[in-house]
Amino acid sequence: MRSVTDQTEAGEILSAPLIIEYPFKRTTGPIIGAFLTGLREQVFVGSKAEDGRVIVPPAEFDPVSGNDLTELVEVGSEGVITTWAWVTKPHAKHPLDDPFAWILVQLDGADTPMLGALKAGGIDAVATGARVKPVWAHEREGHIDDIAHWVLVDAEGEAA
Amino acid sequence: MPEISLPASLQGVEAVRSVRTPAQLDYTFTAGDATTRFLKGITQKKIIGQQATPDSRVYVPPRGADPELGATTPIEVEVAQVGTVTSFCVVNLQFYGSGMEIPYTSALILLDGADLSIMHLIQEIPADQVRIGMRVEAVWRDDADIEPTLESIKWFRPTGEPDDVNVRIPGEKRGTGLGSWVGGVAPTELVVRNPRTGLGGTVADGGEG
Repeated sequence: MRSVTDQTEAGEILSAPLIIEYPFKRTTGPIIGAFLTGLREQVFVGSKAEDGRVIVPPAEFDPVSGNDLTELVEVGSEGVITTWAWVTKPHAKHPLDDPFAWILVQLDGADTPMLGALKAGGIDAVATGARVKPVWAHEREGHIDDIAHWVLVDAEGEAA
Repeated sequence: MPEISLPASLQGVEAVRSVRTPAQLDYTFTAGDATTRFLKGITQKKIIGQQATPDSRVYVPPRGADPELGATTPIEVEVAQVGTVTSFCVVNLQFYGSGMEIPYTSALILLDGADLSIMHLIQEIPADQVRIGMRVEAVWRDDADIEPTLESIKWFRPTGEPDDVNVRIPGEKRGTGLGSWVGGVAPTELVVRNPRTGLGGTVADGGEG
């Protein structure tokens, strides 16, 4: 059976949703592994650099000399916002459904900031220098998602 | 590995050693004209290839163009629902997202009338009995479950016909190894040894076996 068609004869072109997922798991090594172990245990750890600075999340190598860093220390579980960006329309893969702020938070005792998602009432509630603390996930497994999100802490130390 | 010193809070607790990092691509696949026509044929339980001219290669599944001629493929040709296994792979590892019971066989099948193999499953035969040259036929889903997807063909199964010992890989001048010794004539070109039967080989290595 042969029939000659023109190239538009198909009529309505078919389309369908397609999801490709690679279920990767990767090994952490002892340094990142310790950081993730800390999240599961609700503590933050950083690595002590050769110049005495505390790097959070911990680095495996000294940023100046490149030598191995082997001393992990616990830092505080509250910190201050060093910079932030408000997300007006979160997309499906963002950690929060409502508008939120990406923040860099420098924990007490740390010398570098780390990224987090801040749940706040609105853009006006967020400010550089504001104190924040983590809200932990109920079920923790040693993953960055063990921090559900961050919230502002008011002057009395209570969550705003 | 250097010795790591941990803070007191992490001493004696089980260390995390691995982490989930799935990567997901979530999008809409648009079939385009050629594949749409092919898939609409599938909904009528027809396997329809396309060719550029009445004498040129028949592509199944079609992609709308003949890459040898650089021409569009406006001619539709219904090909047979029986064909020959040109290559296969026995899958012995369960992997994420697969509902198949292992071991199972994934094969390239050259349908009669086509010049390009399609990839599909071989079932209704033990995996270790699948072979190059084996004749197979399409097994469709129930009519009510036919959809515009190649999964409307559940799998291919042996027809029981004699093997096609002359099957060639489409587009390749070389044989698959099976037919190379038919009639006792030694191959004069490089052939591929069939792993199951041991047939094939090259003149240089002494031939069969």
